[in-house]
Amino acid sequence: MSDLPLRSQLAVALGRTAAKMSRLAGRGDGSVIGGRIGLRLDPELLTRLAKDRKLVLVSATNGKTTTTRLITSAMTPLGEVATNAFGANMPTGHVSALASAPGAHYGVLECDEKYVPMVLRETGANVVALMNLSRDQMDRAAEIWLLAGKWRRALEASPQSHVIANCDDPLVTWGASTAKSVTWVAAGQHWREDSWCCPECGGPLDRRDTEEDSDWACRQCHFRRPRPDWTLKGDQITDPQGRVFPLTGLSLPGRANRSNALVALAVVAQFGVPPEQALPLLAQVTSVAGRYTTVEHQGRTMRLLLSKNPAGWLEAFDVLQPAPGPVALSINAQGPDGRDTSWLWDVDYRILRGRPVWVTGERRVDLAARLEAAEVSFTVVDDIDQAVMSVPPGHLDIIANYTAFQSIRTRYGRVV
Amino acid sequence: MSSDRIKIVWIYPDLLSTYGDQGNTIVLERRAALRGIPTQTVSLRSDEPVPADGDIYLLGGGEDRPQILAAQRLRGDGGLARAVQSGAVVFAVCAGYQLLGHEFGGEEGQPVQGLGLLDIRSTRGEQRAVGEIVGDVAAELNVPRITGFENHQGVTHLGPNARPFAQVVHGVGNGDGFEGAYRGRVLGTYMHGPALVRNPGLADLLLRWAVGRDLQPIDDSWAGRLREERLNAVMG
Ligand SMILES: [Zn+2]
Repeated sequence: MSDLPLRSQLAVALGRTAAKMSRLAGRGDGSVIGGRIGLRLDPELLTRLAKDRKLVLVSATNGKTTTTRLITSAMTPLGEVATNAFGANMPTGHVSALASAPGAHYGVLECDEKYVPMVLRETGANVVALMNLSRDQMDRAAEIWLLAGKWRRALEASPQSHVIANCDDPLVTWGASTAKSVTWVAAGQHWREDSWCCPECGGPLDRRDTEEDSDWACRQCHFRRPRPDWTLKGDQITDPQGRVFPLTGLSLPGRANRSNALVALAVVAQFGVPPEQALPLLAQVTSVAGRYTTVEHQGRTMRLLLSKNPAGWLEAFDVLQPAPGPVALSINAQGPDGRDTSWLWDVDYRILRGRPVWVTGERRVDLAARLEAAEVSFTVVDDIDQAVMSVPPGHLDIIANYTAFQSIRTRYGRVV
Repeated sequence: MSSDRIKIVWIYPDLLSTYGDQGNTIVLERRAALRGIPTQTVSLRSDEPVPADGDIYLLGGGEDRPQILAAQRLRGDGGLARAVQSGAVVFAVCAGYQLLGHEFGGEEGQPVQGLGLLDIRSTRGEQRAVGEIVGDVAAELNVPRITGFENHQGVTHLGPNARPFAQVVHGVGNGDGFEGAYRGRVLGTYMHGPALVRNPGLADLLLRWAVGRDLQPIDDSWAGRLREERLNAVMG
């Protein structure tokens, strides 16, 4: 840090001041504005800040914030770790994260899928973790086949980067397979509607799932699932040496988080942290940026779940209280949510039949039309308070998309 | 209708289903069921032959590469063209709409041969059209004002044998003030994804074409509220 050129030091200092002022003004954690000012003064700032550090980039459509958090926790034995814990996952956020931890030799950076090539080029990250690609809000996200192609070119041009990739996701496998060295992790794939075709040749993919294993291969070309180095079966993890560990103490719920934990173990093993040391550190993560948090209000215990796209809804459904536990759903369509609600029709809501369901958010009418078509009974309310006060005291699961989630979090306390 | 039920064929969801396209199938099934008309839906993967006995064929949206693959396979198969000749209903959105035409623009803007089932040609435009779209439908179709969401970079030119589906009131559509195209019972639109959700009148047009008679009215309250809300959001 002290060997940064003067201009860069100034850029960091001004960025930090701006971030602090933004925080004082109550506008989030300030990392985006701080990074933006820093980059404007010194466009090379990210490269300079990344120099001489060991960096991990974490990218996926879903689970990148959580996995970043898990990896960061498991890397604490190595010393201070810089990270963008608040989901500011573009270069401005990366600059902030690195600038605010000048002494950290390690960094774990959540990276927006589209920015992987650019951030890889500027930081030369040592490890890149790639987990899943699925349809996301298309008015803001890129087309995923195109995106995976860009990952391929970026990784080919970055031979020093070691990749940890989920071989159960065919598109991620294709995106990662130009890397010089890859650790394949069988982290599972629950949403499959975007991977029926071979990314290499467009031919049909044949998929086979048994209790023991899940496999896929193209019917027309050589492209097939690589042999995994790490596997997860139920709660049993097997590492590349064939050692088996139970993944039982995890505090975060659901199969998606077990997958995230497996990826985290593979990443930190790359830095010499063995699973037996990493597992208790993963267990210490109880909530991530308010997700999975439980908040108490008027005798109701509410659990907040964030779901931004169809694959995310599958993950949320997986951790619901058993039926007939009540559920409140809140949907907005502001910029960060995607302004188009078409994706609601990719989610199979029939799983909510037989529960009391409350519907709210700015696009509650879209959701009502969707649930009606799925023959799910529901009650539409004007705001989340009405839903909360309508359920009897006890547990309530709340699933919301991005801005809806943030407003509920603000309403009931910003627990991190 | 070949028998006492409507057969819906959802063409290639493995290639053409980027974003809520399943909604059109669900809406047709449900609106038929509420009138006591049974339906059978086939989700047809792109390695399977297109059945000739469908009543309604649905094509969804897709990325560039899947769109090109879908066009190649459908041309090679020939089943959809035969179904159209025998009077089947086709409803296609976005990438599916473009590939019904003579040609469309590929990844690099190169022309790719389509199915030629609609007299249209599409190219890649300068700018991506993203946002709400509203249009007034050709009078002879007797469908109320349409509301949808478009997200595409296509520009579509209609030949003499295709008619514009709607006149654009808000949004971009084909790029010349009109939106979509139809000929006979083959209809395409740039309203992407679950276009029938907000447009129950259009869903009923497809069902009417399939069964060959008028349909009794059904409770549209949520779809109606959604329509109204979206139209108000755009038109003020
Ligand atoms: Zn292949």
